[in-house]
Amino acid sequence: MNAMIIDPKDNVAVAIEPIAAGDTVTYLAQGESVTLTAAQDITIYHKLATRAIAQGEPVVKYGEHIGIATAPIAAGAHVHVHNVVSPQEDRQAKE
Amino acid sequence: MTFYGYRRPDGRVGVRNKILILPASVCASDTTRIISQQVEGSVTFNNQQGCSQVGPDQQLTMDVMAGYAANPNIYGTVVVSLGCENCQMDLVVKAIQERTNKPLEQVIIQEAGGTLKAVEIAVRYARQMAAEASLLQKEEFPISELIVGTECGGSDPTSGLAANPAIGAMSDLLVEAGGTSILSETSEFIGAEHILARRAVSKEVHDRIYEITSNFEKHFHLVGEDVRAGNPSPGNKAGGITTLEEKSLGCIHKGGHSPISAVYDYGKQVESKQGLVIMDTPGNDPASVAAMAAGGAQIVVFSSGRGSPVGSPIVPVVKITGNKLTFAKMEDNIDFNAAPLIYGEKTVEQLGQELLQMVVETACGKQTKAEALGFTETAIARLCNYV
Repeated sequence: MNAMIIDPKDNVAVAIEPIAAGDTVTYLAQGESVTLTAAQDITIYHKLATRAIAQGEPVVKYGEHIGIATAPIAAGAHVHVHNVVSPQEDRQAKE
Repeated sequence: MTFYGYRRPDGRVGVRNKILILPASVCASDTTRIISQQVEGSVTFNNQQGCSQVGPDQQLTMDVMAGYAANPNIYGTVVVSLGCENCQMDLVVKAIQERTNKPLEQVIIQEAGGTLKAVEIAVRYARQMAAEASLLQKEEFPISELIVGTECGGSDPTSGLAANPAIGAMSDLLVEAGGTSILSETSEFIGAEHILARRAVSKEVHDRIYEITSNFEKHFHLVGEDVRAGNPSPGNKAGGITTLEEKSLGCIHKGGHSPISAVYDYGKQVESKQGLVIMDTPGNDPASVAAMAAGGAQIVVFSSGRGSPVGSPIVPVVKITGNKLTFAKMEDNIDFNAAPLIYGEKTVEQLGQELLQMVVETACGKQTKAEALGFTETAIARLCNYV
């Protein structure tokens, strides 16, 4: 186990130890062990995509939209400020 | 589930049975320390406020003082004022009596004839109260009588991954059992207020959630700060936090998944059996814990990735960390280890159950680490500089 997800709806996992490109990433999803291959080095506590995320698709953590992908993100790739922006849904909801 | 607590004459139920020596202002705070040292079973704290404040600031101070005295963990209160402060004795006494009918005595230092004379009068009042309090027997109550405050501070990435989700699971169990859980720290909702608002039980609560977060942002704007511009901070980003939504979600996870039934202003009295409620407090930990204690919470559960020592004069504070290194390194300060969630050794449901068990044991009298150290940190929120 070197990664975790928080909610079954999440499409990103969080590295719980440093992960190198090509490493097998293992996390638990509803009690089942899931594996994929890291496409890049992932710093501890940073996120990686658990499946391909299309450009414009929401990035989901805690079961909620934490951002929108600004580029296509491959499964196993690092998900951070370089390919995600804030969804600003709170401001839209208010307007 | 049930716990053993103290029934108060105002109908509320406490989990501790202390005498509060309440300083009405900063000018009475060293005197209350001397008084409290003479009376076993009493507590006091440093009140930095109570004078030279604008109206809305004075109201925050009055609410914390009255709420502390009314908190059901307190048997009775001896108010000590200097005499000339803005928080005048009659105002403080009136504010306390609006909340509770518990034993109350008052000593004004300038009228008593100085510190030593005031100390003697106050010590005699407090000893009498402590003797009466010691006769009280505990009774069994359902956990629906519990109001539990939740807080996070000294956060690190494990707070959002393990400690706050575990608190959220505990909160959901408490709400299911008919109890009350308080989600605090409005400044940390910013960016995720739409997610909280979605969970409101009514349009009124929905609008109030937007109102308190928007007011907080406006407050920062008054001094030229924009919360959204600098957030997440460079340190947050280096730690893996990508957006403000992500950061705020890690924090509000303490509130679990229950519907939000009410929004309370800072330090106002929270009704029991309300389910999940929000209190409008700042992210500053002692100021937020103080507001929830003033609101009548009997216990606060507090997550800390880095390891916070903060306690309270009024409520036991249960510390929880999701960081296994912090738990090993700061065992004198931390009560509960949520790290097994990160490593797949325990589920969030298991940790929620175990944490609720610890809350109930704490309610029954088990000392928290902060209590064992005698910590009584108090800060009171403020809006403006001193006059």
